[in-house]
Amino acid sequence: MPLLQVEDLTTHYRIQRGWVRAVEGISFNVEQGEAMGLAGESGSGKSTVALTLLKILPSGGRIRKGKIIFQGRDLVPLAEKEMRQVRWKGISIVFQGAMNALNPVYKVGFQIAEAIKLHEPEVSGHEVNERVARLLETVGIEASRADNYPHEFSGGMRQRALIAMALASSPTLLIGDEPGTALDVIVQAQALKLLKELKDKLGLSMILISHDLSIIAETCDKVAIMYAGKIVEYGDTLSIFKNPLHPYTQGLIKAFPSIKGPRTRLTSIPGQPPDLLHPPPACRFNPRCPYVMDICKKEEPPLREIEKGHLVACHLY
Amino acid sequence: MENPEKQAVPEAPVREELLRLENLKKHYPLRRGFFETLVSRNEMTVKAVDGVSLSIGKGEIFAIAGESGSGKTTLGKVLIRLVQPSGGSIFFQGKDITRLTDKQMKPLRKEMQIVFQDPFESLNPRMIIKEIIAEPLRVQRLAKSEVEVEQRVKKALLDVELVPPEEFLYRFPHELSGGQRQRVAVARAFIVNPSFIVADEPVSMLDVSIRAEIVNLMVDLVRKSSASIIFISHDIALAKHISDRIAVMYLGKIMELAPAEELVDGPLHPYTQALISAVPVPDPESKRTKDVISGEIPSPVDPPQGCRFHTRCPYAHERCTLEEPLLVEVEKNHFAACHLYS
Repeated sequence: MPLLQVEDLTTHYRIQRGWVRAVEGISFNVEQGEAMGLAGESGSGKSTVALTLLKILPSGGRIRKGKIIFQGRDLVPLAEKEMRQVRWKGISIVFQGAMNALNPVYKVGFQIAEAIKLHEPEVSGHEVNERVARLLETVGIEASRADNYPHEFSGGMRQRALIAMALASSPTLLIGDEPGTALDVIVQAQALKLLKELKDKLGLSMILISHDLSIIAETCDKVAIMYAGKIVEYGDTLSIFKNPLHPYTQGLIKAFPSIKGPRTRLTSIPGQPPDLLHPPPACRFNPRCPYVMDICKKEEPPLREIEKGHLVACHLY
Repeated sequence: MENPEKQAVPEAPVREELLRLENLKKHYPLRRGFFETLVSRNEMTVKAVDGVSLSIGKGEIFAIAGESGSGKTTLGKVLIRLVQPSGGSIFFQGKDITRLTDKQMKPLRKEMQIVFQDPFESLNPRMIIKEIIAEPLRVQRLAKSEVEVEQRVKKALLDVELVPPEEFLYRFPHELSGGQRQRVAVARAFIVNPSFIVADEPVSMLDVSIRAEIVNLMVDLVRKSSASIIFISHDIALAKHISDRIAVMYLGKIMELAPAEELVDGPLHPYTQALISAVPVPDPESKRTKDVISGEIPSPVDPPQGCRFHTRCPYAHERCTLEEPLLVEVEKNHFAACHLYS
C-alpha cells in the first residue's frame, strides 16, 4: 500500500466572479522512500496541491471532492485538531522563497525549537535544544549558528535552516515547494544534493514541486506533469523524459535551453495558459496544442496507461 | 597589488567597436553609524563592479552571466550611465562618455535603451500602453505630430507581435499577461531605434513556455536593426544559445570571456566550470557525478585577496591568495583570469 494515495482530488478557490478551478480531479501515489516530482508552470495548480495535502489552503480555497489517503487514513474529512497531528510529524513542507520564510526578529534556533515544542509539547527544553543542534548539523550548519538571526545567514543557509525546520518532528513525507527557485544555480545544486542525501539517509518520501523540469529529472523517481489544474502525464522519470508523449510535455522539455548540445533557436509553446475561471472545454491544452483534433474540443481525454508505468491524458494515443 | 594598466581590453572579434569599457568601477559607500566613523577612518565600500574592461562590437549580442551579487546588473546600469561610475572609462561610438553631464547625455539616451527584469514593475500602472511606448519619443521630441506618435507606436506594437495594435493601445498594463507586458517593455526600448540595448534578465520572471518567444523576438529585432545588445542573465544555458560572446562575472570582475559556444563547451576558469556543472540538465540518466563546489559568493564589501575565487577554488595554490590574476587571452578570443593559465 502506498504511503500517500491521492484520488480524484479537486480544489477550487471561491472568488467574487466564481470558482477558480485550480486543481481538477488529480490522482497519484507516493510510495515509501520515493521522490515524486510535480512539474508545471505558474497557474498549473502544483502549489495548490501542496497546500491541499496539508489542508492549509488560504481563505476561499475549498476541497470540492476527492481523497487524500495518508498512511491508510483519509485526511479530507479530518478536523483541524486532528490535522495538526499530521502536519510536521506526518507531512512537512519546505516553502518557496528561502529569503522570506524565516521570521527576521527571532533567532534561527528558536524558530526551529518552536516547531518542535508546538507539535511535541511533551519534549523537555533541554532535549529540544539538543534536537535543534542535531537538525542543524544534519543540514550542514554548525550547531553554534542556532543563536544567529536569519539576516546573519546567507541565502543557501536560510534554505538549509528551513529544511532543518521541516525535519523537526521527523516527518515521513517531505514536500518541497520550489525549494531551489530563489537560489543561485550553485547554491541550488547544493540544496538539491542535500535533499537527495536526506532522502536516502532518513528514508524520507518526497514530493518535489518545481517549474524546472531539469531539477525534477535529476532528483525524482517519478513525475507528474500538470497543466491547468490537471495531470496530463504521469509515470517514472526515465520514460517520461526519454519518451514524452503529451504535446505539452514535449513542448515544455524543448522550451528549456540545454547547456549541452549545439546552439539552436529556442522553441516555445505558443499561446497563454488558460484562465481557470473558465477553462477551455474538454482537453484544457487544446487551444495551444499543435496536434489538436476535433475530439479534443469535445471530449476530455482520460489519463490512461500507454506503456508500463507511463500514463498520459491525450487523444493521440 | 593589481596593476590595471597592464590589463588589456578584450577586443570584439571582427566587428567595428561600439562600446568600450576600460577598468570600469562602481563602488557604493556603505552607510555607517556615527560611532563607526569615529573609530575607523576607512570608508567601507561595496565593490559591485571592480575593474571591468571589454569591448562590444556593432550588432553583437553579448551576454553577461553570473550569480546574484556578481555585479552584472550594476555593470549594465553603469555602462549606459544610469549610475555614475566610480572609476575607469566608458567609450561609446569612440567618444568618452564617462563624465558627461545629464544634459550632455540626453541626446545619447536615444541610442541606449534598457529592458528591465520585472515587467510588473517597470511599466507605470497608471499609463495606457500607448503612452508608455510613446514616452521615449516625446522625451526625445522625435515625433513631429500626434499622428506620427500613434503611427510609430502602432508599428512598434506590430514589431513585438502585439496584434492587432489597436486592441492594445488603450489598455493598462494590468490587463496584460507577463509576456505581453515584457513585449511592451521591448517595444518601448526599440521605438527610438537605439544602437545599443541593455536587457537585464528580461525573461527570468516569465514562464518557461513563453520565455523563448520573448528572447527570440529580441534577438530578431537586434539582428534586423543591427543594434548591439548586452544580455544580462544568470542562465548560462540560455546565454549559450542566443549570444555571440559570454562574459562570466564573479564579485565585480570578469573571470572568463569567450565566444558563447566555446565558453560553455570548453570553460577554462574553475569558476565557470563549477557554474556550468551546477546547471541541472533535463535528462534523468545524467545523474550528476561531479561534486558541487562548496560555499557561497563572499561579500563584495571585503572580497578575498588575490584571486577572488580562491576561497572556493578546488585548484587554489599559494599564488592565488597573493596575486590577482589578469584577464589574459589563453586561446584565440578566449580570455580567462586564472593563474592556471598565466
